[in-house]
Amino acid sequence: MLGLPSPSQAAYGIVPGRVLFLIIPILSLTLFGYIIARRLVPLLGAAPDFRLDHASARIKRVLKIWLGQWKQPRYFGAGGLHIVIFAGFLVLAVRSLSLILLGISDHFVMPGFSGAIGRLYNHVKDYASTLVFIAVLIAAIRRGIFKPARYAVPAKYGKDHTAEALLVLGLIGTLMLSESLFEASQAASQIQQGQTAEAVLPLTLAWLFKNALISVPLPLLASLHLAAYLVHELTFFAFLCFLPLGKHFHVITSLFNVYFAKLDRGTLKPVRWGVADEQLDQVKSFGVKTFQDFTWKHMVDFYSCADCGRCTDNCPANAVGRPLSPRFITIKARNYSFEHHPLFGKAGNGTPLIGGIYSEDEIWSCTTCGACEEECPLLVEYIDKIVDLRRGMIDDGNVPQSLQKPLKALESRGNPYGKPDKKRADWTKAVDFQQSCKVKVLAGNGNGAAETLYFVDSITSYDDRIQAIGRATARILNRTGENFGILGAAEKDSGHEVRRFGEETLFMALRDANVEAIKASGARHIVTADPHALNALKHDYKDLPPVDHISQVIARDVKSGRIKLNPIENPDSVYTYHDPCYLGRHNQVYDDPRDVLDAIPGLKRVEMSRCRDRSFCCGGGGLMLFYEPKEDERMGVKRVQMAAEAGANVIVTACPFCMVNIEDAIKVAGLEGRMTAIDLAELVDQQMVREQTRTQTEVASARLAQVS
Amino acid sequence: MEILVCVKRVPDTSENEIQLDGNDIDRDDLVYSINEPDNYAVEEALQIVAKAGGSVTVATVGGEDDEEVLRREMAMGAKQGVLISDGAFNGSDGRGIATILKAYVQKNHYDLILTGVQADDGAAQVGGMLAALLDVPFASLVTSLEVLEGNKLKISREVEGGNKEVSEIDLPCVLSIQTGINEPRYVGMKGIRQVAAIEIPSFGASDLGIDAGGAGAAGAKVTRTDYFVPTLGKGAEILQGSREENIDKVVELMKARGGLN
Repeated sequence: MLGLPSPSQAAYGIVPGRVLFLIIPILSLTLFGYIIARRLVPLLGAAPDFRLDHASARIKRVLKIWLGQWKQPRYFGAGGLHIVIFAGFLVLAVRSLSLILLGISDHFVMPGFSGAIGRLYNHVKDYASTLVFIAVLIAAIRRGIFKPARYAVPAKYGKDHTAEALLVLGLIGTLMLSESLFEASQAASQIQQGQTAEAVLPLTLAWLFKNALISVPLPLLASLHLAAYLVHELTFFAFLCFLPLGKHFHVITSLFNVYFAKLDRGTLKPVRWGVADEQLDQVKSFGVKTFQDFTWKHMVDFYSCADCGRCTDNCPANAVGRPLSPRFITIKARNYSFEHHPLFGKAGNGTPLIGGIYSEDEIWSCTTCGACEEECPLLVEYIDKIVDLRRGMIDDGNVPQSLQKPLKALESRGNPYGKPDKKRADWTKAVDFQQSCKVKVLAGNGNGAAETLYFVDSITSYDDRIQAIGRATARILNRTGENFGILGAAEKDSGHEVRRFGEETLFMALRDANVEAIKASGARHIVTADPHALNALKHDYKDLPPVDHISQVIARDVKSGRIKLNPIENPDSVYTYHDPCYLGRHNQVYDDPRDVLDAIPGLKRVEMSRCRDRSFCCGGGGLMLFYEPKEDERMGVKRVQMAAEAGANVIVTACPFCMVNIEDAIKVAGLEGRMTAIDLAELVDQQMVREQTRTQTEVASARLAQVS
Repeated sequence: MEILVCVKRVPDTSENEIQLDGNDIDRDDLVYSINEPDNYAVEEALQIVAKAGGSVTVATVGGEDDEEVLRREMAMGAKQGVLISDGAFNGSDGRGIATILKAYVQKNHYDLILTGVQADDGAAQVGGMLAALLDVPFASLVTSLEVLEGNKLKISREVEGGNKEVSEIDLPCVLSIQTGINEPRYVGMKGIRQVAAIEIPSFGASDLGIDAGGAGAAGAKVTRTDYFVPTLGKGAEILQGSREENIDKVVELMKARGGLN
C-alpha cells in the first residue's frame, strides 16, 4: 500500500496507533457518559411535565426550528454564521465518525460511502469544513474584537463569557484544520509518489494545504498526517466532554429541547402537572421555591441556553433598566444547577431561589409580553417559569405592598379597583350614549338571551378614559346589528393578570364565577375588546363558546361590507399600529387590525421598526399597572418614541392597557399635541358610515343568504 | 414569647361608598376586612415569634361574622384564633371592650399584647384602657420594636416634626402598633382555605366571668347619639368635571393661590 501510513498502523512513541485510538474513545466516552448521567440527576427529582404527547407536531417543530434553523435569520449576521456552522456539523458528523473508526480499523469506510457517493461526500465535506472554518473565524473576530453589546455580562451577573466562546470557536477551528490537513497530507504524498490522487476541489482548506505541502518531503508529510489525526482525535473528544460543562451543552440538548418545547401559545402551565384544579388543595406548596421545584423540561431549558442574548435584547423590561434579564434568569439557574449538582460529590441542599440567585423585583419586573420566547432559537420558555416563581412568592406571602391592595379588592369585589360590583355596568349609562345605544345586561334579570356576549372586563368597566373604548365597541356591535349583551354586575375580572402574577387560587375563583355567568347568559359567541380578557377566555378558561377580539369581528365585517368606513379627514395624520402583546404574539392576530386600518380610505399607515411579533410591550396590563417597578424610564415612553421615529403622529392600538400606558407615555415624553393614541374600536366607531344600522331581522336574513 | 393580638373587623373604607342610616352607616352591601393597623400588629407579632420563639394568638370581640378576619390572620401564621362573643356584649363602649379583653387575658398567659394603633371606625382607646385594667405598662404609636435581654423591649415612635423617640418597656405590656412598622405578608385565598377547617374557640360572658354591668349596653358610659357627614363649609369647592378638566382646574387654582409657581 502506497501513500502515508494510516494512524491505526503507526506507532505513537511506543504505543501502537490501534491501541491508542481505541483507548482514547473508550476513556472519553466513559467520561462523557458519566457527565451526562450526572447532568440527568436533577431532572429525575424535578417536578413532572407532560411533554410526551403530539409526536407528529413535535417532529414538525424539530424539522422547522432545529433542522431548519427557523429563528436564526432573525439575527441575520450571527444567525447566518450559526446556520453555516450547524449545517457543517451535520455534514461533518459522518466524516468525524469515519475518522474515529479509521484509528481502530485500517482503511475503514462508512457503509454506503464507498464509490461515487463517498467521492461526492468528500467534496461536500471539504467545502463544509472550509465554510465552517471561515464562519468560526468571522465569529471569533466578532466576539473577540467587535464585541456586540448583547454578549456583555453586567457586573452583577458575574464574569465575561468571551473566553469560553473563543475557546470553543478555537476547538471547532482546530477540528476543521486538522481534518483538512489529514486529508491534504495524504493527497500531497500521493501526488509526489505519482499516483492518481483523490481529486481535491479548489478553494477548500484541503486544497490550500495540499498545494502548500506539495514539495514537503515524504517523512515530514507522514508525521504531519499522523499528527493531524492525533490532534483531531484529541480535540474531538475534548470538545465532546467539554460540551455539557457550559453553554455548548446546547449542541447536545437542542434537539431534545425543541422536541419537548411547549406547543401552544398564550397558555400557562398548571400549578402542578397531573393535579386537577379540584385537587389543588392537597398540594402543600405552590410554585417554584427551590431549584428542584422546576419541571424537568425547564431544567433542560437551562441546559440548552446558548447565551446568544437575543431574549434580553428584545426584553422591554431590560430595555428600560428594570432588574430583569431573561438571559440571566436561565444562566443563573444553570450555574446554580452545576454548582449544586456537581460532577463529583454530593448534591447540595435546595436553597431558596428568591433572595438567592433571583431578587423579588427581578421576578415581578416581567410583563409576560413574550418577546423573549418569540426570539429564542432554542424555544427556551420564560413566562411559565416567571409565573411559577411568582406562585412560590404568593404562597410564601411575599408580595409587594403595591399589589396586595388590588389583589384583596379582586378577592372581595371582583375588580382591582375595589369598586362596587353593582357599578360594573355604569359605563353604559352615560347620558348621550344610553340614548343611542342600548346595552342589554344578560345575567340574572330576565332580559333574555343574546347571540353574542360582550365581555368587558374590569378596566373598561371602571376606568373613566377606557370606558370610551367600551362604548365604541358597543356602538360598533349595535350598528352592525349584532344581538349582544353584557354580564353587568355578574361579570368579574377575567383574572388574566391575577393568574400571571401567581395567584392561582384567586384566579380560579374569578374564573369559576365568570364561567357560571357566561353559561347562564346563553350566549353562543363572545367578543371582547381587551386582549388580556381574550387570552384568559381562550386559554385559561375551558368549554366556553368561541371568543373573538373586536378587531377580528370588525375585519370580518369590513370584508363582508357590513361595515363601511368614511375617509380620513386630516391629511397630516400618519398612523402606526402598535401590536398588543396578548393580541399579537400570544394570539397571532397581526393582520386583522392592519386590514381594518388599510380599509379606511386615505389612511396613511407606517410600521414601527419593532412591529408584529417583535412588538415592544407598552408596560403591561392588569396588575402591572399597580406594580411600582425600579426602572430608568417607562416602556411606554420608549414605545411612543419609536412611533415618532417611524414618522407617525397617531398610535392605534387595540388594548385598553396599551391605551393607558401609551397616553401616559405621550405626556411623559413631552409629545402632547404632536402625538395621539386611539383604540382601533374608537377609530372604527368614529369612521363608520352611520346610516348602516340594520335591524336584527336584516342581519339574520343576510346571514341565511350567506349560508345558502 | 406568647403574644396576643387584638384585632377588629371593619368596613373596608377604601372599597366602600359609605351611606348613612340613622346614627350609623348602612351596613348592607359593605365589604369588610381586617382593620389595617391590626394586620401590621399581627405581622409584627409573627416576626417577633420567628426570632424569639413562642406563638401568636389573635382575638376579637364580636360575632360569627368576625371569624373571617381571625382566619385571615391565622392564614398569615397566627397559631390560634379566639372569638369572644356574647349577646350581652352588644353596645359596649371602649371601656367595655377593654374589660372583656382583660377578662380573657387574665384566664391565659401572655407576655405581650398588641393592638393596632386604632380601628378605622374606632377611637384608639381600647389598648390603653386594657393596659390600665391589667396594670401593665402601655406604649402607643409604636413604629419599631426589638426584643432585648431581661424581659424588655426596645420600642420607638415618631414624634411630631419628624423626630423619633426610643424607649425601653418592661414585659408584660400592651403596645399599639402603627402602620408602616413592617410590610405585612400577603394572604392568598389558598392560605385561608387551608385554615378553614380549624376550630375557633368562642368564649362568652359566663366563660370569662364578666357580669352584666361590666360590658354591653348596660355598662356603657359613652353612647353615640349622632353620626353624619358634615355639610360643606365655605371655602370648600368640589370640582365636578371630567378627570382632565379637574386636573387643569386644580393646577389653575393652586397657581392662583400661590401654592404652585
